[in-house]
Amino acid sequence: MGDGVRVEMTEDEIRRDLEAGSQDAAERANVPTLIDDEIKYLMDLFRSKDRVVGVEVGKEVCLSYDNMTSKIKRAHIPISKIQQLLLFERGLGADTLELTHIDYSFKQCKHVVQYEKPNMEQAVLQTIAPIFYGAMPNLGLYSVPDGPVVNPGDLLPQGKITEAQQAYEEMAEYAIKDMVYVGSELYEKAGADGINFDTTAASGDAEFYATLKAVEILHEKYPDMGIEMGMSGEFILGMHGDLTYDGVRLAGLFPQDQVKLAQKAGVTIFGPAINILTNDSLPFNLARSLVFTKACSEASEIPIHANLGMGVGGVPLTLTPPLDALSRASKAHVEICRLDGL
Amino acid sequence: MGVGDPLGMHAAHAVVSGMGGLRTAGDLVARMQLNRGMRIDAAKQYVADKLGVTVADLADTVVMNEVREDLDIGRVNETPDVAKGIDAKFRIAERLDLEINCVNMFMKRVGIESYHSFK
Repeated sequence: MGDGVRVEMTEDEIRRDLEAGSQDAAERANVPTLIDDEIKYLMDLFRSKDRVVGVEVGKEVCLSYDNMTSKIKRAHIPISKIQQLLLFERGLGADTLELTHIDYSFKQCKHVVQYEKPNMEQAVLQTIAPIFYGAMPNLGLYSVPDGPVVNPGDLLPQGKITEAQQAYEEMAEYAIKDMVYVGSELYEKAGADGINFDTTAASGDAEFYATLKAVEILHEKYPDMGIEMGMSGEFILGMHGDLTYDGVRLAGLFPQDQVKLAQKAGVTIFGPAINILTNDSLPFNLARSLVFTKACSEASEIPIHANLGMGVGGVPLTLTPPLDALSRASKAHVEICRLDGL
Repeated sequence: MGVGDPLGMHAAHAVVSGMGGLRTAGDLVARMQLNRGMRIDAAKQYVADKLGVTVADLADTVVMNEVREDLDIGRVNETPDVAKGIDAKFRIAERLDLEINCVNMFMKRVGIESYHSFK
């Protein structure tokens, strides 16, 4: 199931859920469903009794990461961030690296940027793989009680729609400044290969707008900078409702349209995120995610690294995702969606 | 991006779908994606051409270990007298005809124009 609970299903039940998940995504995003051959491929995948499956030889893709140097820390293994990067590079087959602050938001990174730069400077001397500095835009941190702007969540129930929209716009301006500042410092003064904007648009269209503008500014300042944008969900929530970028209304965009704006702004790697529905089966969730992600990959000219972490991309929402479920989601996304990475 | 949050998933994705990083040419292909926005097939072909190998060789750990040793562009087994860290990236930049930010920053800081300035 989507929450990781193991269930037994008949072949008919699996096929029914694959078709239902495919149909659900196709109707929401107005994109094609999975074709018969893809349903057969997925049936074979779920029929297989192998504990782990993998992509065909030759179809391997590049991996990128979110919040890399917090993962080992979360396991309470007391090693430095640079040691963690070396562990990922030399022990875990990482194609890319990411230096991060434990409080993984650009606003919080701004306060410690003078301590993060020496970490990056030393990391680039010791490692070989390309290295990002990453954090989340996290627009919510710019409103009361965490930030200076009146909270739109307090204004909306009072019917103060215009005031709430103005608050979102003000929050976006603060966020743009922080993202550009942190990105510039880590790239220009510390030697990062790129900046990773993770969990973008978690606060809706205003956050997506802020991130696109920050990317645009950074890309103009540093044309060679690698920029990855990973999303937080398949649908841009219209918390503001009227914001546009390049003439396109942001609220309601699905991945195949999100990627076009990201590419226009200057993103070099895009990561669609399709959320798990925990009460639905894995076949339903996997087919649903594949439809959204495949449409995004087909619409894109830049590399697509789909999010396949906990609770996204057909991976169950549980702290310890079962290996059989995870490996099936990984293989199916790479092969059906013709991904460039995860 | 996205091999995700919980503990242990990184290793699983690397085994199931990953190129293998320094064990193969994963870091090199990733550089072309990151800095040139190349999609996977174009990035693999570009790297293969620059290294003088086939695309199939790029994810072959045995072949790539030898290629990386011959070109001295860094590998997992760090024997003495081979490139490590920034010096490997100097050679990668030259081999892939690619600007690497930290390599440029290093040259600026020590006052040299290129890797060949040392020779």
